[in-house]
Amino acid sequence: MAKTSMTGWLALGVALALGASAAQAQTAPIKIGELNSYAKQAAFTVPYRDGWRLAVEEINAKGGVLGRPIEVISRDDGGTTGDATRVADELVTREGVSLLFGSFLSNVGVAMADYANQKKIVYIAAEPLTDAITMAQGNRYTFRIRPNNFMQVGMLVEQAKASGAKRWAIVAPNYEYGQSAAAVFKRLIKESVPGAEIVAEQYPALGKIEAGATVSALEQAKPDGIFNVTFGPDLTQFVREGNTRGLFEGKTVLSLLTGEPEWLLPLKDEVPEGWIVTGYPWDEITEPKHKAFVDAYRAKYNDTPRLGSLLGYMVLYMIRDTIERAGSTDTDAIIKALEDAKFDTVAGTVTMRGIDNQSSMGAWVGKLVLKGKSGGMSDWKYNDGTSYMPSEAEVKAARKD
Amino acid sequence: MDLSFVAIQALNGLASASSLFITACGLTLVFGVTRIVNFAHGSLYMVGAFTAATLVPWMLELWFGPVSFWLGIVISALIVGLLGVVIEVLLLRRIYGAPELFQLLATFGIVLVLQDLVVQIFGPQDILGPRAPGLRAPVEILGRRFPSYELVLIAAGPAVLAAVWFVLRKTRFGTLIRAATQDREMVAALGVNQALLFTGTLFLGAFLAGLGGALQIPRVAANTGMDLSIIAECFVVTVVGGMGSVPGAFLAALIIGQLQAFGILIFPKSTLVVVFLLMAVVLAIRPYGFFGRPEILGGTHAVGIASRKPMARGTLLATIGIVLLACLPLIGDPYLLKVATEILVFALFAFSLQLLIGVGGLVSFGHAAFFGLGAYGSALTVKWLGAPMEAAFPAGLLLAALGAALIGAFVVRLSGIYLAMMTLAAAQILYAIAFQWVEVTGGDNGIVGVWPSNWVAGRSAYYLLTLALTVITVLFLKKIIESPFGYALRAARDSEPRAEAIGIAVRQQRWLAFILAGAGAGIAGSLYAFSRGSVDPSLLGIPTSVDALTMLLLGGIQTIAGPLAGSAVLHILRDQIMPLTSLWRLFLGLSIIGMVLVFPRGLVGTIRQWGEDRA
Repeated sequence: MAKTSMTGWLALGVALALGASAAQAQTAPIKIGELNSYAKQAAFTVPYRDGWRLAVEEINAKGGVLGRPIEVISRDDGGTTGDATRVADELVTREGVSLLFGSFLSNVGVAMADYANQKKIVYIAAEPLTDAITMAQGNRYTFRIRPNNFMQVGMLVEQAKASGAKRWAIVAPNYEYGQSAAAVFKRLIKESVPGAEIVAEQYPALGKIEAGATVSALEQAKPDGIFNVTFGPDLTQFVREGNTRGLFEGKTVLSLLTGEPEWLLPLKDEVPEGWIVTGYPWDEITEPKHKAFVDAYRAKYNDTPRLGSLLGYMVLYMIRDTIERAGSTDTDAIIKALEDAKFDTVAGTVTMRGIDNQSSMGAWVGKLVLKGKSGGMSDWKYNDGTSYMPSEAEVKAARKD
Repeated sequence: MDLSFVAIQALNGLASASSLFITACGLTLVFGVTRIVNFAHGSLYMVGAFTAATLVPWMLELWFGPVSFWLGIVISALIVGLLGVVIEVLLLRRIYGAPELFQLLATFGIVLVLQDLVVQIFGPQDILGPRAPGLRAPVEILGRRFPSYELVLIAAGPAVLAAVWFVLRKTRFGTLIRAATQDREMVAALGVNQALLFTGTLFLGAFLAGLGGALQIPRVAANTGMDLSIIAECFVVTVVGGMGSVPGAFLAALIIGQLQAFGILIFPKSTLVVVFLLMAVVLAIRPYGFFGRPEILGGTHAVGIASRKPMARGTLLATIGIVLLACLPLIGDPYLLKVATEILVFALFAFSLQLLIGVGGLVSFGHAAFFGLGAYGSALTVKWLGAPMEAAFPAGLLLAALGAALIGAFVVRLSGIYLAMMTLAAAQILYAIAFQWVEVTGGDNGIVGVWPSNWVAGRSAYYLLTLALTVITVLFLKKIIESPFGYALRAARDSEPRAEAIGIAVRQQRWLAFILAGAGAGIAGSLYAFSRGSVDPSLLGIPTSVDALTMLLLGGIQTIAGPLAGSAVLHILRDQIMPLTSLWRLFLGLSIIGMVLVFPRGLVGTIRQWGEDRA
C-alpha cells in the first residue's frame, strides 16, 4: 500500500538523520491485519490465534521476511458482517496493513470477500467454508485455505455410498454455512446414490437449537441416514438429545467438522461412535514436520492443538512464503505470488488454484470412536483436496470475474 | 402425525416452558417491586449456568450421587442470588430516584460487564454439564424414548410456582412484595424498610435466574450467548403474562413452550418469529397482558425536553459548529472521516428517538426497527432493482416511514412498559424476518455490495453528504419539536387526560410522531448502509436499539443537543477502547454505569444544570 511505503520511507529518513544504521531502519515491521470472532466463537478462534502467534514468533526469530519482522495486528470481528467490514476498514486505513486474513463464520467471510473486492486489498479467508467465497461471490482479491463445503461434503458422500442409506435427513444451522452445505449435500447425494431422497430438513438458528424438538422431528421422518452440519453448542445439545432418544441407532450419520478437537472435546464421553466425519486426528499423524509443530505448540501453550491451531500456523507460513516470493507487500505482486503457487505446509503440499483462489488443502475423514474419556477418530485417511475440487467449467460458470 | 409424536412434542414444549418460567418469574417479581426492567436478568441466568457447569462436576468428583448434583444446583443458584444482592447494594440502590430509563441503562452496563467477566472467570469454551445421576437413562412413553431429566424439569416449573406462591401468600416478606407491587409509595409511607425489601427481592429474583440457568446444564452447554437469547424470551413471557404477575408468567411460558415445539414442525425456518408474533397479538388484544394491571404513571415517567427560552447565541453557535464540521475533510485522515461519518449517522438515529422519548414520552425499545428498515429498504432496492444510490435513499426512507406507520398504529394504543415492549416485539419480528427469510433478505449473510454512487464514493464526499443530510433532518425535526405539534406531544406526555380534555387527538398525534421519528431513523439507516457497503440483521437487533437509547440517555434526554453529544461520546469511547483491549465490553459497561451515577441527567443536561446552579 502507498501509505505503508510512505511510512517506510519516512522511517528510513528519520533513522538516517539520527545516524542509525540502515539495517535497523529496514526492520520496520511488515504489518498484517487479522480479524476473527474471538469472543463469540472462542472454541475455534482462540487456539487459532495461538497457532498464528506461534508461527509469528518462529518466523521473526529466524529474521522475519524480506529482512523485516512480521507484525500481526489482530481485532475482534464481532461475528457479524457489519462489524467485520468496519474493523477491516480500521485495519486498512488506520493501521495501514498490507493484507488481511481471518474470520470464522461463513456469512462474515462473504462480506469480507466483497469488502476486499471493493477496496482492492488481499483477503485470505482461512476458515469460512461456504462455496460462495470462491464461487459465486469469489473475486480476484479473495483466497481461501480450508477445503470448502463442496470438497468436504464430497469426501463424506463418497463414504456414504457403501452404507446403502437412501432416506436422508438434514440438520444444519440456518445461515450461509449451513445453507451452503445442505445445498451441496442434496446435489451430491442424488448424483452418487441413485434413488436417494431427502425426507426431513431442520434448520435451527445458529446457537439457538431446540434440541429435543429437533431430534423428535427428525426421528418422526424415519430416515436411514442423517447429514449433520451443526457445530459448537448446537452440536453438543443435538448429540446429547439424540443419544438419549436413540436417534442415531442403526443409522448412517455423516457430519461435517465433528472430528475436529474443538467440537469433539466438549462432547466428552458422549461421543456418538460410528459417525463418519471430517476432523483432525492430530495425535496420530506421523509426518515429522507435523510432529514438530505439535511438539512446539504443546511446549509453548501446555495444551493440545485444535484444527484451528494448525490452520492459524499454516496460514501465517503461507503468508510469509507469499511475501517472500512477491518481494514486496504490493497487492498485485502478492496476488501474483499466490495464484497457482505451491506451498510446503505442515499439512503437506498445498496448491492455490488460480482460477478460483481455492487451496488444495485436504481433510482427514474417518469414524468417531470413544478413546478413554473423550472422542477421537479411527480408520481415518487424509484426502488431498485436489481431486474433490469443483471442476473448472463449474467455476467459470459460477464466478462473475 | 401420530399421537405418540404429538405427545412427545408436547412434553418437549412443557420442559422448555418450565425452564423459561423459572427464569422469567424472577424478572417479573423484580419488576413488580422495583419497577426496574432488569436487562441483566439474562446475564444472571448465564452466570448460574456457568457456575453450575463448573461446580457440579467438582462436587460429583467428591461424592457421586444425586445429592451432590442437586446440592450443587442449589448452591449455584444461591451464589447468583448473592450476586444480585451485590448489584442491588452497589448500584441499583443509588439510582432508584433516577428516571426509569437510566435504571435500564445501568442494567445494560451490567450485561456488558458480566459478558467479559464470565469469559475471564470460566474460560472461552462452552461447558456442557454432567448428566444428573440416576436420570441418565430415558423413559419409554408411548413407544418413544424421552429423557427422564426433562420429566424432572417439567415438574420443577409447577414446584417453583408453588414455592413462590407460598412465599408471596404466607410470609410477611411476601405480603410486603405484593404490597410494593401494588403501591410502592404507600408501602414506604407505612414505614416499611424499603432498602431491605428491595435487596430481598433482588436476591429472590437473581436466585430464580440462577436456578433457571443451573437447571439447564445437563441439556444445554453453558455458552456466552445465553444471556441475550434468554432475556428476549423472558421479556415476552413477563409482558404476555402481565408485568409483575407470577401466574401470568406461568401461563405465558406454557403457551410459548408449545408454540416453539410445534412451530418448528410447521415453519422449520421461522422459529424466531412465532414468539414475538404471540406477544404482538396478545398486546393488540389485551394491552396489559393476561393478568397485568394498567400502570399508574408516576412523576418520574414524564421526563423529557423541557420548554425553555432559546439560547441567546444558539443559532450562531450551531452555524459555527456546522461550518467546523464541514471543514473536517481538510484536516482529517480517511479513518477519522469514517468515524465522523458514523458519529453523524448515529447522532441522527438517536435524535429521531428523541422525538419519541423526549418529546412524546413514548419509550421505544425497538427503534432499531426503523433504522434497519431504512438500511434494508435501500439495500433491497439496490439488490433487486439494480437502482443507484440516489433512488435507494428515498426507498429506504419510504419503507421506514411505512413500517413506522404500521407499527405505530398498534403501539399508540398502549402505554408505559407495555408500549416499550410492543416496540421491542415489532423490532424482533422484523429481525426474525430479515434473519430467516433468506431468499429475499439474504438471511444472516445480509446484503453486500451496497456501495455509494461514484460522485460520493470518496470518503470526504460521503462524509459531506452525511453531514448535509443529518443537518437538514435534525433542523427539520427541531422545527417540528418547537412547532404546535411538538407542544401537543409534550402536553400528552405530561398529562394525557388534560391533553385530551383540551381537544388534542393524542393517539393521532403520537402516530404522526412515530412516522416522523421512523423516517428520520430510516435516513440514518440508509446512510449507514452505504457507508459500510452491506446490511445485516444485527441492524435490527436489540443491541442496536440499546445503542440508540444509550446515546440519547448519555447525552441527556431533556435537551435537543443531548443525543448529538451522546452519540459522539459513546462512539469515540467504543472506538478508542476496542483496539486497546479485548476486555472492551467490561470497560464500556463500567463507563456507562459510571456515567449513569455521575451524570443522572445525561451529559448535556447535567452540565447545563451546573451552569444554572451557578447562575
